[in-house]
Amino acid sequence: MTSPPLVIQALRQPGALTSLSLADWDLLLRQARQANLLARLHALLDERGLIVQIPPQPREHLEWSHASAERHTQAVHWEVTMIRKALAKTGAPIILLKGAAYVMANLPSARGRLFSDIDIMVPKGSLNEVEAALMLHGWAATHHDAYDQRYYRTWMHELPPMRHIKRSTVIDVHHAILPETAYVHPDPEKLRAAARTLDGYDGLKVFAPVDMVLHSAAHLFHDGELEHGLRDLVDIDSLLRHFSDTPSFWPGLVERAKELELTRPLFYALRYAALILHTPVPSDAMEAAQAGCPNRPTLALMDGLFTRALMPPHPSCSDWLTDTARRMLFVRANWLRMPPLLLARHLFHKAFISPKPEE
Amino acid sequence: MNVSSLTPPELGSLLKQAGIFLQTGSFITHLQTSIPSVAEGIGLLYADYPLAEQGGFADFHVSLAPPRDLRRWFKPQVLFLSDGDAPFKPLPLDQAFPMLEWGLNWCVSSHANRYLIIHAAVVEKGGHAAILPAPPGSGKSTLCAALVHRGWRLLSDELTLVRIGDGKIIPLPRPVSLKNQSIDIIRRYEPDAIISRKVSDTITGTVAHMKPPTDSVTRAAETAQAAWVIFPKYQAGEAARLEVLPQSRAFMRVADNAFNYSLLGTKGFETMANLIDASRCYDFTYSVLDEAIETFDALKPPAPSM
Repeated sequence: MTSPPLVIQALRQPGALTSLSLADWDLLLRQARQANLLARLHALLDERGLIVQIPPQPREHLEWSHASAERHTQAVHWEVTMIRKALAKTGAPIILLKGAAYVMANLPSARGRLFSDIDIMVPKGSLNEVEAALMLHGWAATHHDAYDQRYYRTWMHELPPMRHIKRSTVIDVHHAILPETAYVHPDPEKLRAAARTLDGYDGLKVFAPVDMVLHSAAHLFHDGELEHGLRDLVDIDSLLRHFSDTPSFWPGLVERAKELELTRPLFYALRYAALILHTPVPSDAMEAAQAGCPNRPTLALMDGLFTRALMPPHPSCSDWLTDTARRMLFVRANWLRMPPLLLARHLFHKAFISPKPEE
Repeated sequence: MNVSSLTPPELGSLLKQAGIFLQTGSFITHLQTSIPSVAEGIGLLYADYPLAEQGGFADFHVSLAPPRDLRRWFKPQVLFLSDGDAPFKPLPLDQAFPMLEWGLNWCVSSHANRYLIIHAAVVEKGGHAAILPAPPGSGKSTLCAALVHRGWRLLSDELTLVRIGDGKIIPLPRPVSLKNQSIDIIRRYEPDAIISRKVSDTITGTVAHMKPPTDSVTRAAETAQAAWVIFPKYQAGEAARLEVLPQSRAFMRVADNAFNYSLLGTKGFETMANLIDASRCYDFTYSVLDEAIETFDALKPPAPSM
């Protein structure tokens, strides 16, 4: 086995970066930029007080991305304030998901994490009211095609993304964490019941620690678009390291996965986080997570696919099978998303009936 | 070693294979292309620029290449690639060199957040810099091209980089972009100016690029202090006229022309405030270049604030 890409080595051992040559830095910056992890590298080095030891040329690039990340954090706070204001009258309980949740809960995973959309979850029964309130406050629908509207509203776990007409920010309003048509249904009520209120923000919640990890795992290992795959795995790594300090975290994680029908994505998350990023996972937790292990041939196949597809989308991190791996995982994700007949119908519509985006 | 130390065939084959490591101001760009018009433009306009260590650290990895589609057989195009990604739609192959210039501007303006980046020309004399922010069509580049042939040093024609912290202007001298009538105006004004061949039908009309004076390129490491912010406006038949601009108005108008003012948050505000504080701000109307130069040469730097 050849040594892993520089960015993987850097994420495993940020401390070793101080001895990197300039030529290696050149390649590392390119891999990290493609994986949207440049600001993350800055954060990892900054936490360890090592920024000053980095040669000036690459440090300059790290500082550039740090400036964007700082601004990003500010912008997320502002956007969440705006969303809260817009939805105040609906009285709907709002749960922030993923990036926005990490930022607002001030988790280490938020440091240097750049993302474009704010994701929230509200009860399915409040969807109409929430959508109307958002529209009243300047968010507009992005998908105008009737089929797309139906696709989201009937089969998906979210409304079509909405974009604010002045700020151009995008919000995804979810009512569950996986599509209605998927073969597993993590119960949103259970997730909501366990959610924690954010300090200083009445009515604004984030998932409980175990649920945060499980949602991130479900998202990564059910989703076909893996361009941000490594970034998402870094989230999982960071969440696991952070929550490890709580004694009840690891025993509760697998139990909760069973309850939410998410043992398979949890198994993959722990396996690939440990394999790729050397995330410390206690052996009994790993053993318990075997409950979600697929059969041997499937596991061998998944290892082959995920160890490729989770690499940064940069030519220096690809081999001749990488593109095939990404395509196969895309097909797999669609397979998990909808039953075969519905999927066939959806793909047929997308291929032959939906209007083509203009060139 | 400078670009001019390579013969055109050497430059062409280096660009085609390993690429060149071109130093412009404080940035190193690794540039790779097999398009002859780009090699020609580099050889002509970047002759005085230093080449950094081959295969060493580069800030940007850029290539220009035809997209791989059927169109290349009947209507060839060109793509600007930044480390393999295409931030822009392809353009007709004929526009490859202007596209490189636009692409290089994009590389800096969308990444280099240690500077407040203003869409403005900036020239220097005696350590004092004049910043010329202006929308396209105001004659900013024409004026800039004329000034740098009359004793002013070119710091940049498009991107004014104000360093956060000390507010110094960091030079990024690159070819001056001339559009439409201004190409012939500068040809007449300075017959010795080296100007690339015209490329027509671009998004901004006909464009050509002018080689910056050698002195500006060799002194690219010398920073300058902002002294004036001047909004030029070409108006046929008008005498050259400076009008004092209140600092508050100047602040807003410069902010409108900055690429990353809001991204930089408080730091952007402070850097901008210090810049405006240290500068005399004017609206400037002109029609005759010689009169404009006279006006600029008579500018008094602000008293140093202590």
